[in-house]
Amino acid sequence: MSKMVNLKINGIDVSVEAGTTILQAAEKLKIKIPVLCYHKDLCIAGNCRVCVVEVVGSRKLVAACATPVSEGLEIHTNSLMVRNARKDIIELLLSEHNADCTKCYRNGNCELQDLAAEYKITNQDFLDLAHGAYTIDDLSPSIIKDDSRCIRCQRCVRTCSEMQSVGALSVANKGSEMKISTFFDRPMREVVCTNCGQCVIHCPTGALIEKTYIERVWDAIADPNKHVVVQTAPAVRIGLGEELELDAGERVTGKMVSALKRLGFDSVLDTDFTADLTIMEEGTELLHRLKANLVEGDHSEPLPMTTSCSPGWVKFFEHTFPEMLDNMSTCKSPQQMFGSLAKTYYAKKIDVDPENIVSVSVMPCTAKKFEADRPEMRDSGYKDVDYVLTTRELAVMIMQAGIQFADLPDEKYDSIMGKSSGAAVIFGATGGVMEAALRTAYELVTGREVPFENLNIEPVRGLDGVREATVKIEDVLPDWKFLEGAELKCCVAHGLANARNVMEKVKNGEVDYHFIEIMACPGGCLGGGGQPIPTNDAIRQKRMKAIYDEDLSLAVRKSHENPEIVQIYKEFLGEPLGKQSHKLLHTEYFERQRY
Amino acid sequence: MGKHMLKRIDLIFKNEHDTDAILQKIFKRSNEDLINDLIGSGLKGRGGAGFPTGLKWKLTSEAEGDEKYVICNADEGEPGTFKDREILSQVPHKVLTGMAACGRIIGAKKGFIYLRGEYNFLKPDLQKEIDNFHTTLKSLKSDFRIEIFSGSGAYICGEESSLMESMEGRRGEPRNKPPFPTEIGYLGKPTVINNVETLAHAWTIFKYGPKKFRDLGVQDSRGSKLFSVSGDTPVAGIYELELGMSLQDFVDDFGDGDTKAVQVGGAAGFCVPRKKFRETAIGYQGKLTGISLPTGGSMMLFNSSRSMYNVLKNYLEFFEEESCGQCTPCRVGCQQLLEGVEAVKRGDKPHHYLDKLMRLTETMKLTAKCGLGQSVANSFSSIVENFREEMIY
Repeated sequence: MSKMVNLKINGIDVSVEAGTTILQAAEKLKIKIPVLCYHKDLCIAGNCRVCVVEVVGSRKLVAACATPVSEGLEIHTNSLMVRNARKDIIELLLSEHNADCTKCYRNGNCELQDLAAEYKITNQDFLDLAHGAYTIDDLSPSIIKDDSRCIRCQRCVRTCSEMQSVGALSVANKGSEMKISTFFDRPMREVVCTNCGQCVIHCPTGALIEKTYIERVWDAIADPNKHVVVQTAPAVRIGLGEELELDAGERVTGKMVSALKRLGFDSVLDTDFTADLTIMEEGTELLHRLKANLVEGDHSEPLPMTTSCSPGWVKFFEHTFPEMLDNMSTCKSPQQMFGSLAKTYYAKKIDVDPENIVSVSVMPCTAKKFEADRPEMRDSGYKDVDYVLTTRELAVMIMQAGIQFADLPDEKYDSIMGKSSGAAVIFGATGGVMEAALRTAYELVTGREVPFENLNIEPVRGLDGVREATVKIEDVLPDWKFLEGAELKCCVAHGLANARNVMEKVKNGEVDYHFIEIMACPGGCLGGGGQPIPTNDAIRQKRMKAIYDEDLSLAVRKSHENPEIVQIYKEFLGEPLGKQSHKLLHTEYFERQRY
Repeated sequence: MGKHMLKRIDLIFKNEHDTDAILQKIFKRSNEDLINDLIGSGLKGRGGAGFPTGLKWKLTSEAEGDEKYVICNADEGEPGTFKDREILSQVPHKVLTGMAACGRIIGAKKGFIYLRGEYNFLKPDLQKEIDNFHTTLKSLKSDFRIEIFSGSGAYICGEESSLMESMEGRRGEPRNKPPFPTEIGYLGKPTVINNVETLAHAWTIFKYGPKKFRDLGVQDSRGSKLFSVSGDTPVAGIYELELGMSLQDFVDDFGDGDTKAVQVGGAAGFCVPRKKFRETAIGYQGKLTGISLPTGGSMMLFNSSRSMYNVLKNYLEFFEEESCGQCTPCRVGCQQLLEGVEAVKRGDKPHHYLDKLMRLTETMKLTAKCGLGQSVANSFSSIVENFREEMIY
């Protein structure tokens, strides 16, 4: 146990471990100190200065977030000096800010707005410095960057460089010209931005927001000639409630389906269906690659194979490791598999001209907007997915429609492509794709269930940045003889900084994994860039619990046992990696520039 | 010159080239002895902040670290300061000796001179000097090595933690303190960072002993100091003076007979009006010295032909551009001060808006992350307080 330090905050004694900050010590006493540049996910910056407090005996105020405690410290978080200084700082921020809050997407969920309200900043004494000379970058299909709303707290910069190791956003210029910028101030869509949206999740104001497609979806719903089909990703059902004033980690699958039907979607289907399909394709691809490499010595489709469900990760890979593109599974993500099937298999089933199908998806992700826009995602002959909404955008639509979400009854997904397994549900958490794939692949090869209690492959679960698991394969079925006694080495990483570390090791031959699952966002999709704000580890934990609970609650927990999956292979696709599957469900990757 | 107690000194630029002998002398003595000499001399940092140099070296020598560094801060960027340039061109060996002594004491094998980009023309000569110095060190069996690092021209990089950020290849922005560089400095290792002049004074102290240095100056402001004298003066230039001189004496010697104000310490310093010349001394603030203004050495004299509004506006324009922009009080505060005085002058804001701006400087002083944002208040409040009518009419 480390050394304890005693101090006094607002006259109350508290004892904390050495190295604790004043902010954390105050939190222990339930004393709230306002913060802006501080975020639990990120390193300390200490640059907004909103959290200043008075230290008795010091001539200056100190930033509570950045100052470690020391023995005998006496702190006031609420003295006149502190309040006046804080009020000045908030007023200064507002003087530089486009405070036209009613026209801001984050109106009502903005940390600066909350602070201004708390401090009752009703008059603007300082000169208005928001000269309106800012440009709005809305060229990206995923993210809008509006500098006029930026308070230069650098949360996005720290997110992009430290958490994601992408570095698309950085600080440029100094003094009054200081701003958050990209390489040579190019639009976000032209730089290494992966569209992961973690900057959006971490921005305290409306300076970085997702590009919204709400109006276009409303238009489509209103068009009587269109059959609008919506798919929802596994992490949406455990995030949506938060945005609609329920508790974090509350499962709202049934209410969500019910709400979507009331919004007027013609058909409410489940991305989980194609998550199961992904497992069929990707699991088979893995076994195929193992056979080719280990038995036939054919390295044209190399190992380790990495998953390809996370479009932020895919784009990062294309920018960062172009020489390893062949390691990426050729499987499309569940969203895109769904899109191409919606305008082929599904269209035929319900007898609607695919021309008239509008395919909408609700995702916990901003990069999915980019993914849907990729020119190669048109295998159905049309744009496979027309519009992508985030969890947050769906919540907006539900509120706009005047639906009292908390009071909704539970309803079930439509068919066909509405059934799913527990394996698909856990796609929403980091490690979920891996776990789902192992459940199926192991059984395929051995004819037995994966040897973990309740099918829960615990080693790949959790929020550690990089996790490893080894599954020994014994007593295999005759077709898979070459795998007898093999140890399947797996690795799970989430957050692109962790992904980079893992892939550097692969590149340098330091590790010999067979299968790697990577999610661009911390926690996987449950912590995705399109999820409710705020998101932090405490909230991620709750959402994660909800996901694993849902998996346990389902009757079917293995992808290959999903009856609709069995049906689609029988009626339409033939077999995994077959000709039809290959055309509709697989894709390719391209090298991208690095600035 | 000479009618007052404190006088001109000639220690720094005195042409003494016995580097070998001094180094031998230093290397023969114990670290404790050397530190005690420094502490006993009363030397405080000559960059302006005035932290006791001996204590800084002591703390760094005691700090835990497998590697340690010495950095000579030659990012002389304060408007009106040009003394470090002269030291580096005329007596660089004194600075190098100071660095080597510091390296020996704290246990550093490597030293850097962070040279302001605008001073790159000094590089060839300085490098030659360093090469010779390395040869001398070798003969004394020391493997201490010095490198020049070229700055890229941001004022903030003179601030020690920004300087280290810049050396580590990042954007020049101040770090949070604590931790201080004595514990966690360059590359996360304990680091002594000293102004060029401070290191040159260390040379004097090691050569002549602490007493000779301590006998100069007054109470809490010991020793001599170089001043860069500019503005309305017939004798602009660099002068070494005892610390503690009254501003009146200074103006008598360096003014043009019509001095109405002196800016002590450059844009980040204080503006003193004529009526306060007698009661103001030039030195470090201490218990005994009364009104005493610290300075990195910039002394700007203004005569009655100058508009103090223009002087202030000039400083504020400088700060508005040179703030790193990282922290709110400095980035936005500087803009508000500049646009605020302009608005008052134009008549767009009432006179009493100056009071609001004065209160803002208090907030900036209390809350800004580093010395830059905190010291903008100095020039602003001293000029607005003493020349208020010039700001308005």
